[in-house]
Amino acid sequence: MINQAKYSLLVAALALAGTAHADSVKIGFVSTLTTPAGVIGADIQNSVDLALEHIDHKMANLDVELFMEDDGFKPDVGKQKTDKLVKQNDVDFVAGYIWSHVLLASMNSVLSANKFLISANAGPSQVAGKRCHENFFSTSWQNDQTPMALGEHLNKEGIRSLYVMAPNYAAGKDMVAGVESIFEGEIKGKDLTKWGADAQLDFSAELAKAKASGAQALFVFYPGKAGPAFLKQYQQAGLQSVLPLYSVFTVDAISLPRLQKAKLEGVLGSKNTQAWSPDLDNAANKRFVGDYLAKHGGYPSFYGAQAYDSIMLIKSAVESVNGDLSDKNAVRDALRLANYESVRGPYTYGNNGMPIQNFYLREVVEDDEGRWTTKVVETVFENHQDPYASDCKL
Amino acid sequence: MDWNLLISQLVNSIQLGLLLFLLASGLTLIFGIMDFINLSHGSFYMMGAYFCGSIVAATGSFFTGIIVGLVGIFFLGALVEWLIARRLYKENHLDHVLVTFGLILVFDALVHIIWGPSGLSIPLPDFLNGQIQFGSLVFPVYRLVIISGGLAVAGILYLLISRTRLGMLIRAGASNRDMVESLGININRLFLFVFALGAAMAGFAGMLIAPITEATIGMGNDIIIIAFVVVIVGGIGSIKGAFYVALMIGFIDTMSRSYLDDFLELLVSTAAAETAAPAISAMLVYVLMAVVLAFKPTGLFPPTAGNR
Amino acid sequence: MVKSSGTRSGKVYLGMLFLLSIAPFLFQWTNQPFLLDLLSRGLIIGIAALSLNLILGYGGMISLGHVAYLGIGAYCVGIPAYYDIYSGWIHLSLAVVTCALFALITGAVSLRTKGVYFIMITMAFSQMIYFIFLSLEEYGADDGLVIYARSEFPVWINMEGAFSLYYWIFGLLILTLFFIHRLVRSRFGRVIIGSKYNDLRMQSLGFNTYGYRLTCYVISAVICGLAGVLLGNFTSFISPEMMSWTRSGELIFMVIIGGTGSLFGPLFGALSFLFLEEALSLITIYWHLIFGGLLIALVLFGRGGIDAWLSKLDK
Repeated sequence: MINQAKYSLLVAALALAGTAHADSVKIGFVSTLTTPAGVIGADIQNSVDLALEHIDHKMANLDVELFMEDDGFKPDVGKQKTDKLVKQNDVDFVAGYIWSHVLLASMNSVLSANKFLISANAGPSQVAGKRCHENFFSTSWQNDQTPMALGEHLNKEGIRSLYVMAPNYAAGKDMVAGVESIFEGEIKGKDLTKWGADAQLDFSAELAKAKASGAQALFVFYPGKAGPAFLKQYQQAGLQSVLPLYSVFTVDAISLPRLQKAKLEGVLGSKNTQAWSPDLDNAANKRFVGDYLAKHGGYPSFYGAQAYDSIMLIKSAVESVNGDLSDKNAVRDALRLANYESVRGPYTYGNNGMPIQNFYLREVVEDDEGRWTTKVVETVFENHQDPYASDCKL
Repeated sequence: MDWNLLISQLVNSIQLGLLLFLLASGLTLIFGIMDFINLSHGSFYMMGAYFCGSIVAATGSFFTGIIVGLVGIFFLGALVEWLIARRLYKENHLDHVLVTFGLILVFDALVHIIWGPSGLSIPLPDFLNGQIQFGSLVFPVYRLVIISGGLAVAGILYLLISRTRLGMLIRAGASNRDMVESLGININRLFLFVFALGAAMAGFAGMLIAPITEATIGMGNDIIIIAFVVVIVGGIGSIKGAFYVALMIGFIDTMSRSYLDDFLELLVSTAAAETAAPAISAMLVYVLMAVVLAFKPTGLFPPTAGNR
Repeated sequence: MVKSSGTRSGKVYLGMLFLLSIAPFLFQWTNQPFLLDLLSRGLIIGIAALSLNLILGYGGMISLGHVAYLGIGAYCVGIPAYYDIYSGWIHLSLAVVTCALFALITGAVSLRTKGVYFIMITMAFSQMIYFIFLSLEEYGADDGLVIYARSEFPVWINMEGAFSLYYWIFGLLILTLFFIHRLVRSRFGRVIIGSKYNDLRMQSLGFNTYGYRLTCYVISAVICGLAGVLLGNFTSFISPEMMSWTRSGELIFMVIIGGTGSLFGPLFGALSFLFLEEALSLITIYWHLIFGGLLIALVLFGRGGIDAWLSKLDK
C-alpha cells in the first residue's frame, strides 16, 4: 500500500515536469505571496503580468514561461523554492527576491548551477562586494545607496542631529550604514527593532526615546506592513512638528493608499529618496505607469517598476542572442549592456552587476485626481555607483 | 535622568500589560475551568481586529465597530466551543495543542481568503487621534483610551467574578471542576459562556490595538505565547495572577526595549549591544517563566484548593 | 507496538526501507533530481521525528521545544565552517557534546514539572536558544549563515554530492531505527514506557524514574542533534527560524500522524507531512486551510495515526 503511494508520487511528478520545451525562455521569479508582505508580491505580480502583456509573452520568438514562487518571507523557504526552480523547472533565469536575507540564502543555488540571477529588489552589500558574481545583475539598487542619497540631502538641508530606527536584519542594517556613512551630523540614538514574520509593530517605546533625544530629524526604514503601523504611531504621537520624518522604502505606492484611507495627513510633505518615481518623464515609464493605473486604479510601487524592468532586461538579452540561450557568454555580455528602455531612464552596469544610476529626492503629494503619490523634487545623486564595487574582484 | 521618558515608558508598559491581561484572562479561565489548552486564542484577537475593521469601514463609526464586533466574536467563540473544543475536554493536552494549532492555520487562511493578504487599516475618529498634555508630558489620546478600556474590562471582570453567582460558579469551577459538576450545575452552558467570554476579551484586545498596528494575518500567533507565559506564571485559573503578571511582563518588556541597550553599552561594544538588546529583551520573559516554575511550579497566584 | 517482520504491516515497512535504499538510483533513472532533495530533507526530519517519539510517544514527555536540537546541530556545522573548520568529526562531536549538555541542563529543570508546565517550559527553553542565536550578529542572526562546503570526512565516506549525502542520511536513519528498536525492548525502555502510564507505580517499584527520563531526554536530544548536522549540510543555510516553536509543533504533528509509540510511525509522519506540504502548495496558496482542516480532522477522528491504520492489515 505504501509502495503504491510512492509509485503514484513518482508518476505524478513525472507528469508535472514532463512539459519541458527547448523552444521557450524559462524564467523563475521568487517573490512573497503569503504573509502580510504578500501585498508587495501582489504588486510585483501585476507588474510582471503587465510586462509580459507588453511584450506579448514572447522574447525573440520564444514563448516565455514564468514560474512565480512564494518564499513566505523566510530565507530557508526561499532557498527551497529557488532549488526547485533551478532543478525541477530548469529555468534559464532566476529573478526577483524582495528580501536581502532570502537572496543571500538562495544565490548559491542559482549561481553554482550556472544560471543567471537578476535581483529585482534586494541589494545586500555582500552581493555587490565580496560575493559578487559575473552572472548576477540587478534592476534595483544596492541597499546603501538610497539612504546615502538621503544622508546627502540631510547635510544639504543643514540638519545636524538625527535619530535612527530600522528593523534588525541585513537590509535594515545596510540602510542605517548608508545614512551614517554620508550624514555629517550627530546620531543621537539608534533602534534596531525586531523583524521577521512576527515583526515588532508597536513602536511606543522607541518613539518616546526618539522624542526625548532632542534630535532634529527622524530617519526610518520600515518596509512592508511595518510602514503604515509606524507612520500611524508617528502621527498619533504628534511628532510631525517636533521631529520631521525622512524615510527610505517606507512610504511608497503600497502604503500610501492605506495611509490616505486612514487620513494620515502627517505623511504629506515628508521626503524620501529613490532611484525611481512614478512621475519620471520617459516613454517606458509613462507606458508602464499609465497602463498600470488604468488596469489597477492605483500607482505601481518601486518593487513593481523594478520587476517590470527585470523582464525587459532579460528580453533585451534573449533578443540580442536571437534566442540561443546556450551561449552563456553572449547572454552575459548582452545583460551587461543594459540595452533596454528602463522605466527609470538609461543606466549602465558597474563591474559588480549593480546599476550606476541617478537618485532623486521625492516628496509625498496629492495628484490631480486626489490620489496620494510621490513626486520628484530634485536629483540628489547623478550616475551614482555603490560603495562596494571596489570590493568586487570582477 | 529623563523623567518625561521614564513616565512615557511607564504608561506604555501599562498599556502593553493591560492588552496582555485581556488576552491572558480569557486563556486562564478556559485553561483553569475546562483544562483546555487553546493555542488558537490568538486567532480571536485577530478576528476581533478584522471584524471591527470591516464594520468600521461599512458604518464609518468606530464605536459601532467595537460593539458589533464584540458581539460577533462572542458568537464566534461560542461556535468554536460548540463545534470543536467541546469534543476535546476529555482528551489529553496533546490533542488540544494539535487541534488548536490546526485551527490557527485555518483561521489565518480564512482571513487571507476573505480579506486578502494586506492588512486592514482602522481609522480612528478625529478626537481620538490627537495628543493630550499633562504639564510637559504629551501622550497620544488613543493610548490612554486603550488603558481605560483595559482597566474597565478588568473592573467588570472583577465584579463579575467576585460579586455574581456566575462568577462564583466560575471560581468554583477553576478550583474544583468535578465538584461543580456533581452539584448539578449545567456544566455545558457554563463552559460555553466562559469560552465565548474569553474569546470576546481577546477580540476586544485585538480591536484596541489594531488602530495602531493595523489588523494583519497571524497577528495573534506571537502574542499568544506571551499570554501563555502570563497564565503559567500567574497560576492557571487565576484572574488575579493574570492581572499582576501581565502588568509585570508589560513592564519588563517595555523597559528592557527602552533601556537595555544603554545598559549593555556599559559592558560591550555599541554594535553588539544594539543587536543583543532586542534579542535579550525578548528572551527575558522566558527566563522569568523558567525561574518562577523552578521555585513555584504552580505559578505565583494559584487559585486556592486547586484540583491539580 | 513493535512489529515483527512476519506481519503484513511489517512487510510494508521493510519494503519501504528497501525502496528508500535504492531511491537515489530510482530518481537518477527517472531524471528527477529535485525529488531526491525532497526525500533527503524528509528523511532528516524523519530522524528528528523519531527522536521526538522516543520521549513523546514512548515516554509521554511532550516537548514543544525539540527543534532546538536540530538547530544546535546545524549551527555546530555552520559556526566552525564560518571559521573555515570543515572537519566532519569536529562537527559531529561538537553536536553531540553541545546537545547533550543543553539537554542535561534544561532537562534537569524541565523534568521536575509535569503536564502542561513541561510543555511550556520546554517551549520556553527553545525560545531562549532561538533568541540567543538571533542575537549573534557575527553568525548572521536573523539573516542566517551560509555554509560553502560540506563537512569533510576521509574520501571514501564524504558528503559531497547529493548521492553521498543521501546515504549518510539513510545510514543515520537505519542506525536510529535499530537503536530505538533495541532501546524500547530493553529494561530501560520498559521503565520509560512504564513511567509514561503510571510514574508513581514505577517509582514505588524502586526505579529512579527521574534519572531514567532525563537519560532518555538526553539521548533523544543527541539523535536530533545529529539530524541537525545533516540538515546543516543539506541546506547549506542555517537560520534561527529553524528553531521557532511552531517548527516544534510541526514535529509533534509528524509523530502523531505517524502514530505515537510505534517504531516506524514518525518516519511515515514526517514523509507524509512534507509530501502533503509540497503537494498542497502546488494546488493553491491557501494550502494552510486544507492542511489545518486535515490536522483537526485527524485528531478528532483518526486515532493512532498511520501506524494504527496499517495495523488493520494485520487483522
